[in-house]
Amino acid sequence: MSATRQIRVLYFARLRERIGRNEDTLRVPMEVADLAALRGWLVARGAPWAQAFSEETRLRAAVDQRMARDDTPLRDGAEVAFFPPVTGG
Amino acid sequence: MAVRVQTEDFDAGAEIARLRAANPAVGAVASFIGVARDVNDGATVATLTLEHYPGMTERALEDIVAQARARWEVLDILVVHRVGELRPLDQIVLVAVTSAHRGEAFAACEFVMDYLKTEAPFWKRETTPGGSRWVDARLSDADARARWDEREAHE
Repeated sequence: MSATRQIRVLYFARLRERIGRNEDTLRVPMEVADLAALRGWLVARGAPWAQAFSEETRLRAAVDQRMARDDTPLRDGAEVAFFPPVTGG
Repeated sequence: MAVRVQTEDFDAGAEIARLRAANPAVGAVASFIGVARDVNDGATVATLTLEHYPGMTERALEDIVAQARARWEVLDILVVHRVGELRPLDQIVLVAVTSAHRGEAFAACEFVMDYLKTEAPFWKRETTPGGSRWVDARLSDADARARWDEREAHE
């Protein structure tokens, strides 16, 4: 078995409803090393990510509870959250 | 300095009194209260439900407060944000800033709100006669946030 990273993926707001659950804990191949790679890997897995991610055109993300960019690296045990633009205040 | 996320309502007067209590260096208090409106995007709003990302929310608010403190000479900053189900007329958010002079308090208060609107992980869902819908982020909020970057470049 090749090496993997464990990633906890959380979903919020409309994206959570589209995915149909709050979170997943996934074993991800080591080459999935940053946020953009993780999003691509999830979409490639198909349902429910492929459709949910394509329907949310302005998706934002956080890694370890900080706003993240496409090139934000992922560590083993990372907490990644995907969500629509925020609307507080 | 404090940030709080809570379901309960807040008493702005009591919060401000506590923020400046026994500190004679305070010469100015600026505060902002965000309130739930009864109409949004042309529809009557019956309820407004606020979801957030526990853990990250507090961290994001503390980071915004720290940025404001690094930028202006303020004495203290308080942010209280409610979550859960709210109705029109209900208070949503309080930002209060104390400083020696009004300029810093006004600016820091507006800065915290503009950043909160685009960087703090809260999401609103509203119920209207047409059903329930997620509130879309406004481009004007991103513009308000971007203004501060431009100001920094000119300062």
